[in-house]
Amino acid sequence: MKTIAYIVQKEFKQIFRNKGMLPIIFILPILQLVILSNAATYEVKNIKFAYIDSDHTSTSRELVEKFNASTYFNVLADFDSHDQASSAMLAGDVDVILEIPNNFERHLLKEKKASLSLIINAIDGAAAGVESGYVNQIVQNYNQNIKTELMDASQKAVQPVSIVSIPSFWYNVTLDYKTFMVPGILVLLVTMITLFLSGMNIVREKEIGTLEQMNVTPIRKSQFIIGKLFPFWIIGMGLLTIGLILAKVIFNIPMVGSLLLLYGYTSIYILVVLGMGLFISNFTDTQQQAMFISWFFVVIFILMSGLFTPIESMPKWAQIITEFNPVKYFVEIVRMVLLKGSGPLDILPQVLKTLLYAIVMNGLAVWSYKKVS
Amino acid sequence: MKTENVIEAKALTKKFGDFTAVNKISFEIKKGEIFGFLGANGAGKTTAMKMLIGISKPTSGQANVAGFDVYTQTENIKKNIGYMSQKFALYDDLTVRENITFFGGIYGLSRKRIKEKTQQLVSELGLEEIKHQLVGSLPLGWKQKLSFSVSLLHEPRIVFLDEPTGGVDPITRRQFWEMIYKAADRGTTIFVTTHYMDEAEYCDRVSIMVEGKIEALDTPKELKKQFKVDSMNDVFLRLARNIE
Repeated sequence: MKTIAYIVQKEFKQIFRNKGMLPIIFILPILQLVILSNAATYEVKNIKFAYIDSDHTSTSRELVEKFNASTYFNVLADFDSHDQASSAMLAGDVDVILEIPNNFERHLLKEKKASLSLIINAIDGAAAGVESGYVNQIVQNYNQNIKTELMDASQKAVQPVSIVSIPSFWYNVTLDYKTFMVPGILVLLVTMITLFLSGMNIVREKEIGTLEQMNVTPIRKSQFIIGKLFPFWIIGMGLLTIGLILAKVIFNIPMVGSLLLLYGYTSIYILVVLGMGLFISNFTDTQQQAMFISWFFVVIFILMSGLFTPIESMPKWAQIITEFNPVKYFVEIVRMVLLKGSGPLDILPQVLKTLLYAIVMNGLAVWSYKKVS
Repeated sequence: MKTENVIEAKALTKKFGDFTAVNKISFEIKKGEIFGFLGANGAGKTTAMKMLIGISKPTSGQANVAGFDVYTQTENIKKNIGYMSQKFALYDDLTVRENITFFGGIYGLSRKRIKEKTQQLVSELGLEEIKHQLVGSLPLGWKQKLSFSVSLLHEPRIVFLDEPTGGVDPITRRQFWEMIYKAADRGTTIFVTTHYMDEAEYCDRVSIMVEGKIEALDTPKELKKQFKVDSMNDVFLRLARNIE
């Protein structure tokens, strides 16, 4: 126990004395959280919007005015002809073209019904869907009697295909993506920083030759490993704390569930990450190698964690792989506990899997750490 | 009265694949002896030493260090030896005092004992002024002396020094050897590898390794007589040339 205390003490001194490392530990995560949370958004904004007004009535102008007023649309141009609008779309100048037909106002007044046609650049299918929804919403807010019809780009001259507007779409408008992303990015920073730091730390001792010196002392393997990893466990928990504070103060993320539960889970989760760091450092000789391998795994873990893209939409084989991804469990848990207020029983499956992962990973790491070659 | 052997090696061998780094070396080293372990670069000195300090498993042969077996009792060996590696092995980003505290601590010295030792060591080495400086900022010679003192902190029975004076100026080398003598006088056995043949003259006994084998082992005086030369330098050259 005393030996471990000496090692922990030494590690903390070294970490806080390392001028290059401190910013990595404390400034980077803050930047990451603030910048990424704002940038990693699925919200479709600043849509490049153009229209063709063949009606030229007060009704049509009023409708266009609605788009002008919306924060989601940048009304860029008003085209005289279909051809003009198409070439602008081809050039990438506009993404959404709304065509207001002749006699729009008259139809609306007489038949209580009128149609609009809508052309959307659908290279990014998800964005196109959202844009279509926004247009529908604005139009319907304006007048319940107008129906938009989506034009298929390949046969724009032919019959407009009518689409059904989805009333529930408005969730997307009010849903704050930051509420969804910030907890996920919190996971990302806790994982990355602890993995990189722990992986590189032991390799660093290999590089400067002090690891050999340690191996010649009577320090037991377990003492050395615990003493080495414990400081990073603390740092990981500290990062979680900083992240949670920022999430509350800057982004006002709702924290419905028990923070104690979240901390409890994180304390197990970090063990997995530290075990991984140690395992990597056992098989590498330089900090660059360790960094490269850690990076490789972090990228895979993050892309397959459901942080950015839903796991349900991945192919079956990829979904099976995600079962071995600890980051996935942490992302799930943070969102469940913070946003939904899930209790211990709800997250039990993830907790057990993470615990198993921690045991296996640390077992492997301790087994592969050799004092004797 | 026969003094006890603190190191005994019998046909100790280490192979890496087909390559035999250390080929059946045998020797005995007595308590308080300064044993010079010489050899050209790549002759297998460091490999042999690593087997004795318990961080490399021998392929075959036997060896006892401080009465413990190098195969099964390496952790006991580690409690009884000090080691100073070729690479400087204190922490550059800790101060002189912090290094002493840390190494004292992991060898299980009590807080009180560490304090005493620090005081003693700092005054012996004249480090009073700089005990709060980072070790990284010290000149190499000071680092080496400090490193040697730290390896003696837990009063080991044997100290292994792997080219301790590499890159150090002659004055510091001399001081270093004075420290070695002092430690040997207190009964510590010194096992030292070196490239400097003048240092070989300071040793009680010397072994010369060539291509994994011990080709000569005796006192410097006897070796010079045996090879009919005036200096250890010539002994070394004679042996190395025979092989070529």
